[in-house]
Amino acid sequence: MADNVAHEAPQQRDRLATDIPEGAPGGGPGRTRRTVEIDSHAINFGPQHPAAHGVLRLILEMDGEVVERADPHIGLLHRGTEKLIEYKTYMQALPYFDRLDYVSPMCQEHAFALATEKLLSVTPPLRAQWIRVLFSEITRVLNHLLNLTTYALDVGALTPVLWGHEEREKLMEFHEAVSGARLHANYFRPGGVAKDLPAGMEDKIAAWADGFPRFIDELESVLTDNRIWKQRTVDIGIATREDALAWGFSGPCLRASGVPWDLRRAQPYDTYAEVEFDIPVGRNGDCYDRYLVRVQEMRESVKIIRQALAKMKPGPIKLADNKISPPHRAEMKRSMEALIHHFKLYTEGYHVPAGATYTVVETPKGEFGVYLVADGTNKPYRCKIRPTGFANLQALEALSKRHMLADAVAIIGSLDIVFGEIDR
Amino acid sequence: MAEALVAAVPALIGALEALPGAPRVRQEHGEWVIDATAEGLIALMTTLRDDPRLRFEQMMDLCGVDWPERPQRFDVVYNLLSVSLNQRVRVVVPVADGAAIPSVVDVWASAGWWEREAWDLFGIVFTGNPDMRRILTDYGFDGHPLRKDFPLTGYVEVRYDEDRKQVIYEPVRLTQDFRTFDFLSPWEAITTLPGDEKVHQARLDGAPKPPAEKPAELKG
Repeated sequence: MADNVAHEAPQQRDRLATDIPEGAPGGGPGRTRRTVEIDSHAINFGPQHPAAHGVLRLILEMDGEVVERADPHIGLLHRGTEKLIEYKTYMQALPYFDRLDYVSPMCQEHAFALATEKLLSVTPPLRAQWIRVLFSEITRVLNHLLNLTTYALDVGALTPVLWGHEEREKLMEFHEAVSGARLHANYFRPGGVAKDLPAGMEDKIAAWADGFPRFIDELESVLTDNRIWKQRTVDIGIATREDALAWGFSGPCLRASGVPWDLRRAQPYDTYAEVEFDIPVGRNGDCYDRYLVRVQEMRESVKIIRQALAKMKPGPIKLADNKISPPHRAEMKRSMEALIHHFKLYTEGYHVPAGATYTVVETPKGEFGVYLVADGTNKPYRCKIRPTGFANLQALEALSKRHMLADAVAIIGSLDIVFGEIDR
Repeated sequence: MAEALVAAVPALIGALEALPGAPRVRQEHGEWVIDATAEGLIALMTTLRDDPRLRFEQMMDLCGVDWPERPQRFDVVYNLLSVSLNQRVRVVVPVADGAAIPSVVDVWASAGWWEREAWDLFGIVFTGNPDMRRILTDYGFDGHPLRKDFPLTGYVEVRYDEDRKQVIYEPVRLTQDFRTFDFLSPWEAITTLPGDEKVHQARLDGAPKPPAEKPAELKG
């Protein structure tokens, strides 16, 4: 892979090359031996490095301890998700979205469910929309807890990751209670959600939401004013407003650069138009601001969770149309019609009218889009997944230039990268 | 969101009329789509980015779509976003297999990796992109996996060889043949049952495959 490997900076080669004069040992008549001493070296960061957040292979060309050039090699977790989806019915395609960004599964299911609903021209019942908003926000907290604490771990703070994972377990119990799985939930469906919340769930979530802000305070007490943390993150990896827009940033990375852009506010989906929350915006676009924005977003998520719980009313949680939503199990035992619908749905699936849509949601990482092309059959013709981290990671080269090696680790942490999503 | 889009329409059409290649604007599911050609692409994209009525500062996504039966086999799809005016538009550019399309990397810096991905997965060539390496597939990978004629199972598989102490590539061997199911049952595809004419016609209209035949002829 000659073209992947390093081209050291030419001025450096000139500076360090020493010509050995003719007659010196090793030099021959008519022939000068050049001893070239190059201080630049390429190091292979990952794919098995704990700070690489998965399987990032980063070829770093170093000038001493300063990064001259960073060339991310991605694709080590490429599983051909988009190709696989073309061979699955719409219902079978949904679980693949859990396995993209496995830290924020439900938000991605949301994007696919919304895209399919748009092509089918259906709207799920109100309670289903509230449940989806509620669990999107729970997922957002889950994601930010993992990102912020492992990011802190990367720059040397061990405590937050231990605390954060305890808090994450509580949230994953909610995931498990509604869907049966801690991570790969497969809970949101085109036309609603799979099941209603179990009895008492809303109270449990409300109780958690009451206690959680105190945890954020504790987390902040360890990090926000911590001298070491600030030394490692302030003014590191600055993305200006213009850079952030040109690089296609979205989500917390864009907001940290001072752009008040949030799809939940600007292009609301489901019932996001009915909740009130603030959009935290950074000023400097450095690693520290990206941290602050995410911390603040967790507080806003708690606000949204409270409002969702207050506004949620009992009601149906999926479409009554059994051509799209499977009938109840109990009904299947009595009704021939329900049995036929169930059989048809789980073998053939439903046919989606021909058309295309680019549907986006604000996942914890930013804009996650699904470009779904249907051709009237029961399988997507093309399902392009727009991963958020792909665009963010592309900027790593520009962000880490002339930073110390250890800063590159902080930058990777602050970009919130998960490879399941980037590599697809 | 919808209001912003509606406001943008006259601006969109006004700004695009004079451009080469005569891009055509249409709406699909409430989303604005511009059908363009590869010739006028850079002028179109620069207008979309710089025109004060449009201001699409961000290119959020670029992808290919494979339509093997069309003369211009691939669609290159650009999804643009204007953060300042809160509007989106999709630009669709058809391109033939082997033909090149100009790179928009000078218009939006973020296009670099997306174009690499489209090259990797579809084999669409972008002229002017300074770094056209593969990005998602393996080092030394052969073929473009998201083309419709590329089999789902691929051609090679890897395993660790204990004797040679290295990872080796071998042709794919399936213990069970890969099965695809035709979900159009004979009843749905051929016969129209009395009283079912409307439903049958709707399904045939919706599905390009199998080629839409008139149910009236089939009934006989």
